[in-house]
Amino acid sequence: MSTVTADTTAGVRSAPGLVAPAAVVAATHARSSLVETLVQTLVMAWRALKKMRRNPEQFFDVTLQPLLFTAMFAYIFGGAISGNVHSYLPLLIPGIVAQTVLTTCMATGVTLREDMEKGVFDRFKALPMARIAPLAGPMTADLVRYLIAAGLTFFTGVLIGYRPSGGVLGVLGAILLSVITGWSLAWIFTWLGTITKSAKSVQGMSMLILFPLTFLSNAFVPVTTLPGWLAAFVKVNPVSHLVSGTRDLANRGAVSAEVGWTLLACLVVIAVFAPLSVRSYRRHL
Amino acid sequence: MTTTAAIEATGLVKDFGRFRAVDGIDLEVRQGEIFGVLGPNGAGKTTALRMLATLLPIDAGRARVFGVDVAAEPHRIRQLIGITGQFASVDEDLTATENLWLFGRLQGLRSAAARAAAGRLLEQFGLEEAANRPIAQFSGGMRRRLDLAASLITRLPLIFLDEPTTGLDPRTRGQMWDTIRGLVAEGCTVLLTTQYLDEADHLAGRIAVIDRGRKVAEGTPEELKASVGNSTLQLRLAPGADREAARQVVRRVAETEPVLTPESGRMNVPLATADRAADVLIGLRHAGVSIASVSVAQPTLDEVFFAITGHGADADAALDDTGSGESAPAATDHAVQEVQ
Repeated sequence: MSTVTADTTAGVRSAPGLVAPAAVVAATHARSSLVETLVQTLVMAWRALKKMRRNPEQFFDVTLQPLLFTAMFAYIFGGAISGNVHSYLPLLIPGIVAQTVLTTCMATGVTLREDMEKGVFDRFKALPMARIAPLAGPMTADLVRYLIAAGLTFFTGVLIGYRPSGGVLGVLGAILLSVITGWSLAWIFTWLGTITKSAKSVQGMSMLILFPLTFLSNAFVPVTTLPGWLAAFVKVNPVSHLVSGTRDLANRGAVSAEVGWTLLACLVVIAVFAPLSVRSYRRHL
Repeated sequence: MTTTAAIEATGLVKDFGRFRAVDGIDLEVRQGEIFGVLGPNGAGKTTALRMLATLLPIDAGRARVFGVDVAAEPHRIRQLIGITGQFASVDEDLTATENLWLFGRLQGLRSAAARAAAGRLLEQFGLEEAANRPIAQFSGGMRRRLDLAASLITRLPLIFLDEPTTGLDPRTRGQMWDTIRGLVAEGCTVLLTTQYLDEADHLAGRIAVIDRGRKVAEGTPEELKASVGNSTLQLRLAPGADREAARQVVRRVAETEPVLTPESGRMNVPLATADRAADVLIGLRHAGVSIASVSVAQPTLDEVFFAITGHGADADAALDDTGSGESAPAATDHAVQEVQ
């Protein structure tokens, strides 16, 4: 059954000379350099992309959800909220973009948690690899997913009659903003992935965070229709800033203060959750 | 100038909640040797190895690998060690080539060098035909070989092998042994855990026997086996035979206590030399005890354990945390010779 040839007896490595432990010890270094960390992250991103290509069902959420939700919300709420479907679209599409990008973030945490349970992570942990690489790698690969989610939402919107006044540049800006936000917020879910016991609990906790954040925002309804106490929350909700920023870009082609607030919020999230994730990944052995 | 020990560990302790998995183990592994850690499932072998390999934090005690402190400088330790586990730790969704390329890149090889190393290892491990097949289609033996290959991409001075042959068929097992010997011939040091005395016997220069988180014996294979005799007479009594009479005969003739396995009427007698087997058989004939089958085998881990600890090797298998499902009975039926 096996095809092992006789040369396994002769020694496994053909490179000449003996291993010299003292020389290897002398050549070791205490941590990965910045360049090494970057390379390792990209290699881990390559791995994640390979896995995506071989498990295309991973793309269901980023393809079906934009198509389904955009059409559904537009036809169900359009008349009630904006009088007709067409005038609801400029309000709705950026909202759906924010929503799909956030749900995609959740998948990042769940996938990471599942992945970490596999034997191959033992090997990753035993390799001289920067501790951020196994986390940042898959997240970098997920940029593809955010891009699909945001792009497809705009595309569906255009199909059912949305004509963004911000033009192509505005829409591209809006997509870029949502991809950046998605990547940044994914650190929260990555952190959840490193502290929870199973992929299921990541999913459960993520839903608890996502639902209030997306629905208690201006994503689907104008804030003026809300009671005062709720409007107060909606105004500080970072998702509202993302939605407003995306609207400003797509509908007016304007880089407004909302865009700035969104980016600032992203930086804060990364600054807090990236170190937390690495710390808990390192401890979670 | 004295050379640094490959591994120098003192008083290693690991607690999982209230269960102490490793309870003060000392190890000294010299450069260039194969050191065997022998013990049943759940004895703490894997846990001790994972601590030395920076995969588990060390709760108490300290360990150095080539003089580098494991707890203080894990990143440097990871540049010195390769580890191959009981369960293949390769990526299921990637092909064999992709796996090796990935691990090579993560260890600092450039893309072309990693690809070259992958090709070379696949050829040496007889996997080149399967190079571009998904791992999901690999047999257990192929996976294990790929797993070992993944630990050998760069030249590492210390290789940890956690039960490298558990669950493998005898032929693949022999090939794995040859590979391990090849490593040492190149200057590597190997720390190997195993449940099989014959594996430790064939490969290891020195062996530590671990039981319930403690080291209960250490020595060369010869020293360990001498403590239980060099061979074992395995008897199966005929149905209805007088077991107590048989036991008396063994005590009188072989001057030792037989190890009984009541469920199948089996009786194992440790012997200093195989020659004594005939004496026991003649004694049984004289006592009128009839025998269903007879064989002489090397002492098994069970007997070494019984001799050293006073209880069987699988007595605490229930505590196993690393998966006992794969334990194969290969050790006992190895090298059995019929004497009839």
